[in-house]
Amino acid sequence: MIAATLRRTRGDFTLDVALELPGHGVSALFGPSGCGKTSLLRCVAGLDRAPGGRVVVDGEVWQDDARGVFVPVHRRPLGVVFQEASLFEHLGVRANVEFGWKRLAPAQRRVAVDQAVAWTGIEHLMARRSVAGLSGGERQRVAMARALAVSPRLLLMDEPLAALDAASKAAILPALERLHALSGITIVYVSHSIAEVARLADHVVLMERGRRVASGPVAELLARLDLPLPPGEDAGVVLPGSVGALDPAWHLARLDVPGAQFWTRDCGLPPGRAIRLRVLARDVSLSLAAQPASSILNQVAATVEQIADDADPSQLLVRVRVGAPAGVPAGANAGARLLARVTRRSAHALDLRVGMPVWALVKSVALLD
Amino acid sequence: MDWAADLQAVTLTLKLAAVVTALLLVVGTPLAWWLARTPSRWKAPLSAVVALPLVLPPTVLGFYLLMLMGPHGVVGAATQALGIGLLPFSFAGLVIASMLYSMPFVVQPLQGAFEAVGARPLEAAATLRAGPWDRFAHVALPLARRGVVTAAVLGFAHTVGEFGVVLMIGGNVPGATRVISTQLYSHVEAMEYPQAHRLAALLLVFSFAVLCGVYRLRPRGALPGVAVEGAGGPP
Repeated sequence: MIAATLRRTRGDFTLDVALELPGHGVSALFGPSGCGKTSLLRCVAGLDRAPGGRVVVDGEVWQDDARGVFVPVHRRPLGVVFQEASLFEHLGVRANVEFGWKRLAPAQRRVAVDQAVAWTGIEHLMARRSVAGLSGGERQRVAMARALAVSPRLLLMDEPLAALDAASKAAILPALERLHALSGITIVYVSHSIAEVARLADHVVLMERGRRVASGPVAELLARLDLPLPPGEDAGVVLPGSVGALDPAWHLARLDVPGAQFWTRDCGLPPGRAIRLRVLARDVSLSLAAQPASSILNQVAATVEQIADDADPSQLLVRVRVGAPAGVPAGANAGARLLARVTRRSAHALDLRVGMPVWALVKSVALLD
Repeated sequence: MDWAADLQAVTLTLKLAAVVTALLLVVGTPLAWWLARTPSRWKAPLSAVVALPLVLPPTVLGFYLLMLMGPHGVVGAATQALGIGLLPFSFAGLVIASMLYSMPFVVQPLQGAFEAVGARPLEAAATLRAGPWDRFAHVALPLARRGVVTAAVLGFAHTVGEFGVVLMIGGNVPGATRVISTQLYSHVEAMEYPQAHRLAALLLVFSFAVLCGVYRLRPRGALPGVAVEGAGGPP
């Protein structure tokens, strides 16, 4: 459990956050640039000090100004990955990775250097005498390995992908996804990209103008329509589930989420494997009846739960709960929720109302892990 | 005879420059470190004090030092009370005066180098369990090494080339304070032009070589101290 109460004013910007994060998994601090998420991360790390603040990690007090406690950064059992890799330019790759590891007492070295190197996939770079020739993606991997090799209890990552081009991002994301599963290290991840948050986070803290607007499990939070989440093209839900069955004849895999099943192309994952699905609102259409004469494979019965405005005046966002027969009281956590983006005209034509049974036609789902 | 006196002046000059450079690196590094990183409002006035020798005629500095270290000055009274005696016209006095005079040539390159390193590598080091001294020794100094070399070379060269302060504080005592520049002056006074030529050429070649080396080390951007010093000229 990570608990932090931090308040800090810089110029006309005030960070004022009381935070509780689970002491496991990946928590994302999410919000637009300038919302204070990086400031918050820096205050948790102790790189900046919020006067009067309090930071407690797994019962260990890192800062409690009321009692005059402020553990300096270098005595906190944390690792930090900055937006720019910030490698030591005067050292080679191996010396960079081993920089913190060397400074640990041998008994504290729970992560071996080789392990950190393997998790981040930089074995082939270790012999480099200089970090000058590394690409952006490689530098960030070295920075991650360096942070992991100090056996952190908490790994803080400040938009580690933001400075990378799309190709490097795509190459490094799988490594990031594996990181928590492999290391078991609690991660706090700052991002302004909803796609990254959907892929990586278990828990999300939504921030705006220096304040915490909402927080909760990623699936719950992204399905909410009352939050300033990025609307439009990126709106969508995350559904935790598992691989249910394979259909080798058609090269398809069935993915089971609470209350529904989705067929998608077979990515080679074995049945039973836990996965995470992302379904974008723009890929979901609503219909009053199933459409057997359609190419859309995934059609699920659902109930309209909520209707809200989209950023675009011609569109609405509709939240539906799948698999629930009509008549089940709203709020019953029967099935997964989907968001559908429909035009106002269609909503008017279908006379969409809360509580109405509909069919959600899902054009595509993205398998995240 | 001439040769011996010249050689003595050269040896003394090198000794003075070496001692001054070493001491200035010790004193100037923490000062430059502080100036590079402080948000304090004292930064500007302190930077100005450090830079004063760049614009003041050396005689002004030498005059005040003479007053301070003389028998009626505060420092002079203190050194006498401590049994050290008076500093003017001694090697120790010359070292102190030279340190003040060459201070900007050491502090400014160091400060620039520390500023160029920036806060981020030090923050990264802090998150990797390095304490303040560790960060300074193993991150800041190695990353600023060009600045350290530049500072040492410029400090040494500038001390070799000083004249006005030496004349005010050191006098021209053979073996104690008679350095190359004052020996050259004596030669000219005595109309010994060939000997003067020899020493002048030596300083010219030395200075040129040093500056070549410094500019090779820092290909981008001139050295502000050198530019200002060149414009000022000797009094």
